[in-house]
This record gives sequence, structure tokens and C-alpha cells, in this order.
Amino acid sequence: MSAEWTQSGAEILLRALKDQGVEVIFGYPGGAVLPIYDALFKQNAIRHVLVRQEGGAVHAAEGYARSTGKVGVVLVTSGPGATNAVTGLVDALMDSIPVVCLTGQVPTHLIGNDAFQEADTTGITRPATKHNYLVKRAEDLARVVHEAFYVARSGRPGPVVIDLPKDIVINPAPYAEPAVQHPSYRPRTEPDLGQIAKAVTLMKQAKRPMIYAGGGVINAGPAASEALTKLARITGFPITNTLMGLGCYPASDPQFLGMLGMHGTYEANLAMHGCDMLLAIGARFDDRVTGRLNAFSQHSQKIHIDIDGSSINKNVPVEVPIIADAGKALNALLAAWQASDEPTDKPALASWWRQIDEWRGKQSLKFTQDMQRGGIIKPQYAIQRLFEITRARGKEVFITTEVGQHQMWAAQHFHFEQPNHWMTSGGLGTMGYGLPAAMGVQIAHPDACVIDIAGEASILMNIQEMGTLAQYRLPVKVFILNNQYMGMVRQWQELLHGSRYSETYSAALPDFVKLADAFHATGMRAHSVDELDSVINAMLDCPTAVIADIAVDQAENCFPMIPSGAAHNEMLLGPEHEASGAGVTDAGMALV
Amino acid sequence: MVDVMPTTTDTTQRSATISVLVDNEAGILARVVGLFSGRGYNIDSLTVAPVDAGGLYSRMNIVTSGTSMVIEQIKAQIDRLVPVHRVADLTMDGPHVARELALVKVIGTGEQRVEAMRIADTFRARVVDTTLGSFVFELTGNTDKIDAFIELMRDLGLAEVSRSGIAALARGTRVI
Repeated sequence: MSAEWTQSGAEILLRALKDQGVEVIFGYPGGAVLPIYDALFKQNAIRHVLVRQEGGAVHAAEGYARSTGKVGVVLVTSGPGATNAVTGLVDALMDSIPVVCLTGQVPTHLIGNDAFQEADTTGITRPATKHNYLVKRAEDLARVVHEAFYVARSGRPGPVVIDLPKDIVINPAPYAEPAVQHPSYRPRTEPDLGQIAKAVTLMKQAKRPMIYAGGGVINAGPAASEALTKLARITGFPITNTLMGLGCYPASDPQFLGMLGMHGTYEANLAMHGCDMLLAIGARFDDRVTGRLNAFSQHSQKIHIDIDGSSINKNVPVEVPIIADAGKALNALLAAWQASDEPTDKPALASWWRQIDEWRGKQSLKFTQDMQRGGIIKPQYAIQRLFEITRARGKEVFITTEVGQHQMWAAQHFHFEQPNHWMTSGGLGTMGYGLPAAMGVQIAHPDACVIDIAGEASILMNIQEMGTLAQYRLPVKVFILNNQYMGMVRQWQELLHGSRYSETYSAALPDFVKLADAFHATGMRAHSVDELDSVINAMLDCPTAVIADIAVDQAENCFPMIPSGAAHNEMLLGPEHEASGAGVTDAGMALV
Repeated sequence: MVDVMPTTTDTTQRSATISVLVDNEAGILARVVGLFSGRGYNIDSLTVAPVDAGGLYSRMNIVTSGTSMVIEQIKAQIDRLVPVHRVADLTMDGPHVARELALVKVIGTGEQRVEAMRIADTFRARVVDTTLGSFVFELTGNTDKIDAFIELMRDLGLAEVSRSGIAALARGTRVI
């Protein structure tokens, strides 16, 4: 390679980013990355969005990535810049979000010297990333950048850190084009057709089939969601989504049983429990989904499609493992299903649907809203109205959330027809995720309606990003379900700890209307049910960022619920239903 | 390449010798070891060294234990690390040879010293250092043989042991 050494490392870095199709970087400057910021200043191809704290930058990149399918890019300085980014990196790792995070580092000759703003970034982020690099030689810089993007987006996507010592970005470096093939990392994407044939046989023989689809389908691109929809329609099988998978199957479809798991619907969980064939696609049998493992879907033969071999047989042994990209596997299943002349058991499927419809009849998400003037707003009702009003307006809507009760109510009562429109912190459960993620979504989709459904506790964890919204005139809507409690923790204290509400009441909350005002946004508030619609409409009409503070019922709990350590058929239904389910065992108490 | 084998919920523990071919780069050992500690797997022994002329690749040999589901999981977790080229469970893939080297220091005089030397002969251990009051034996073999030798030396003035951990290869023409 006859590479020339005419550009600085920082310029080579930006050239490599541009060649990777990067349009936006979310970042925060500092000493070690000054040369990169100087190079950014001198060009126009890549836009930089200045966040208010590095954690916000990673969540913004996640929101950008999840709503576009592209790799999100972050740039932070050494030491505290990098350590602040760690939560976001783990979040992206748990939820399989492609992010490349560039971190500054002290010059190579100072590494290990306890220099100012030095941290062992590759050491700290090793278990927080899919992979990380420390660039120690100028010759490696361009190659490492290209490799990082490849690693971040291929296979099971995830975050990749590139640690960049200051001398590496100052000194000249050669450019290199992206390599054709990575020497060791070549994840398998094509399904084994023998396994596909076995899967189709199980599916054809099924009397009580069930499809369980997760975020892997969304990561496989919109075509995978279409293939899934086709497969469900052609087979007539019932389907449920994980929290991460919402949107990969249209929620309005009659075959959709809603979300499953700890706060999933009665019909989805009982169908998981009762099925005799379970087709899992891009889902990882997480503890929030399975409940007690030794009682999980005991009578089913299981097919598991996942691009990550380590997700298969990790928690639940399966009969037919298929390591592949979800989209490619779904298309192969479709083709094999159509080519097979094995009969299906139609009467059995019909009777299975009758059983499911009976479970559906329980209406496990039911709640009662007092519609009288001054009536206290039920949080579920606030989300239902937000859904109905945004749907009626017809504009494209993206929803992000923080973490807690409001997140589960949003998952239950806001319905998604398409993938990539629902961004929530599923695996790590990061409070403070929603606002910066919404920021990243709005940057990618300037004309769309982006709403962060929040709780009053979570929102304060990254409230500083309201400043970013103001600086870039991003009209993100923050819809706070304000019950003055860390609601999910309070709910567990009520159900499991004798209603001893230890440290879950936030006294002295800020005045969110004034807070919005201070950040150049618009604040509004709904105290009672008669004010709700007008506040939602005003929020959606407002050209600026908005904080809508919705005072909701403080005592409301999120149901249905599978208590820790319980099985799918032991779920608790809400106060609207007769007493049901089992209590929490001592072993369950020990679980989170 | 085959898909992972269907695993049972068998709870019996077994030992496994896992060989891993990795890029010989900074941090790879920390990556693999961190994976074991972070996920709560056992490492009974670990060896690592470059194994090609150019120094591009290293081979790790890890002896671990767990249920077959856990061992499958360990393999899958290692396999998805970016700098990993190949992973093989030598214990499951067929017959293999595994050897380790031990240096054993025995301090003693008189009858004990003679007995130590006699046993060392039986085990085909070599004396690599000696003084009037001590020996350092070098012994190569499988783990059981070395354990047995050390056990016998315990009554004969065993002072210190240094073991390499195992190096392993599949028998016959198979390579990983």
C-alpha cells in the first residue's frame, strides 16, 4: 500500500468516518480530543451535535441508530468523558445497538503514567462493548475505524470503542480503504437449510403453535419485519413480541397477542405456557420474558433463530437451533413452508385460537378511568389518549421512554405498526435514556413527531439535555407521567415489602413548567382528566420542545405482572380482576 | 460449520479442555479471562503463547468445568469475541493429548533425598538443579501424573511447585 502521510490523524479519522457514511456525531469536547474538534471545525461533511453530558451522547447515538438502522457515532474526551459514556455503552451492548464511540486518550508516551484525565478506557470498556481498540500506531488508524464500523453493525450489533491517544490524532497518518474481509470476525448470517426443514416439520405438526419475536427482527432491517408478518399470516400462528421487538409485527393485527413477559398480556403469557411449538426469532429468553425457568413453556418443542450462537441454549434448551440473520432465516422458513406439502392440523389450530380468544376475553390491560370533571388521570389512560390523538393526526410518531412503570404502560398501551419507531432501554433498564434518545431520533427525523414518555424521576437523570434540544431547536415532546414516586420501585415495595416506601418518594420535585421555560422550551400541565386532551393537543401543536407534566394516579400499579420467581401461568392480574395467581416465594424475593 | 448441538438439562459437571486460536494482540488474554470472571465460569488452568512463525496468532488452552450446557455456552461466548479465529472443545471432539510441565523443589537430606531421587526416576523426572540439600525436578505429563508425583514428594521434603498449565492437541490428523 503506497499510502501518503499528508494528513493529520484527525483528518484521516474524519475521512474514514465520511467513507463509512457518517453524517452526525454526538459529542462533547475536551483536552484530548481538541485536534479532532479542530478538524471537525474545518469541514462541513459531518455534523456535530453538542450534548450536555457524555452519557447523553451515547443514548442520542442509540436513538439515532435504532430509528435509522445506521451506526450511531459518539465522540468524547479522555478520562471522565469516557467513563461518563460507559452506561450508554452497556445499554447499547445489552440491547444490541450499533454504536461507534471515539474516546480521547492521553498521548501514547503518557499512557500508564496517571496523567491528567487519563483512564484505562479500553480496560474499563472491555466488558461494556462488543469490541474495543486502542490505536497506538498511525498506520492502524484508518483500518481500525473501518473495522470498528464493520464490527458494530454486523452479526449481533453492538457498541465499539476506539481509544485515540492525542499524538495519534495530531501526527500525520496514512489513509486506508475499508478491507474486503475481516480476518477473524465473520458472523454467520445464512441459515442451515437442514435445520430450516426440521423447523418447518415441527411447525406443520404443531397443534398449539406460538411465535415469539424480539429485537433481532428489528435489527435485521424492515424487510425482516415484513417477512415475519408474511410468515405469521401464511401459517395463521399467534404471535407475541418482546419489549425490544414491539413494532416488528403490526400491533393492530388480530394474530398479535401483545407483549409477553413480566408485564405482558394474559393471552401472550398463557399461550407461551400452553403452546406445543415455540418459534423464537431474534429473542433471547431473557429472565423478564421467561419467568421461572423450570416452568417455562414446558410442553413445547422449540425452534430458536438467533444471529448470536451464544444466545441459543443459554437459558432454555431448544430442539432446533438456527444461527442466522433473522430476515434470511424468515425468508428461508417462508420458502420451505410454501414448498412443503405436509398438511397442517387446522382443527387443532382453530381450537387453540378459541382458547387464546378466551384468555383475551380477560382483557388483562383493562383499567377504569373516572371521566368526571376533576377525575384523577390514570397513567394508562394518558398513554391511550396520546396514542389515539397522535394516530388521528396521522404524522409519523417515534416513541422513546425512560425506565419504570411509565415504560411498561407505554409498551402496553401505545401500539406500533412498524419497526424502528419504539426506542426503550430494555436490557440494562437505564433511567435517563429516553430524553437523549429522543434527541438522536429527532436529529435523524427532523420532521417527525418524537415523544419521550417519561416518569418524573427518570427524566431528572438526563434533564441537562433539554439544553441540547434548545440549541438545535429540536421539538422533542417530553410527556411525563408524574406520580411523584419512583413508581416501579414503589410498586415492588407495596407488593413485596409491606408497603414500606423506603426512599421512593421524591419530595421537592422541580416545577416542570418552569423548568421547561428555563430551558427555552414550553411547559404545560394537566391536573385532571378534563385537561388531558387539550394538553396533548397543545403539546403536539407546539413548534418548540415541550415538557408536558401529567399528574397521574399515585397509587396505580402496573398489571398484569408475573412476580419474580413465578411462572407464566401464575401471573397477577390487576384490581379490575378477581384475585388470581400465586404469591411471591422467598426464592422469588431474592430475584430482581 | 454446524449449528450448536441440542443440549440437555443434564446437571452433571464435566471437565473440558478448550483450545482457542486468537489474534496475538494486546488485551486478548484480558478479554478471555474477563469473560470467565464476568460470567462466573471456572478456569482450572490456562496457557497462552504465540504459535506461528510470524507471531500473528496465539493459542490458548483452557481447562474448565461445568455442565454441558455451561461448556457449550463458554465456547459460544469465546467464539463471538472479535479476535478469536477458532474454538474447539478437545474433550468432546475426540481423543487428544494434554501435557503440562512442572518444576518441583524438594529439600531434604539422607534417606529422604535418596527416596525422592528414586521416585523421580520412576516418573522420568529430570533433575534441573541440585545442591547438597535440594533438588529441582522437571516433570512433563498429564495432570494426573504430575498430581501423583507431587503427592509422593509431600513426605519427602516438598518445598515449592511451579506448573505450566496444560498444552493440548487433538490426536491424529485433526487440527482446530
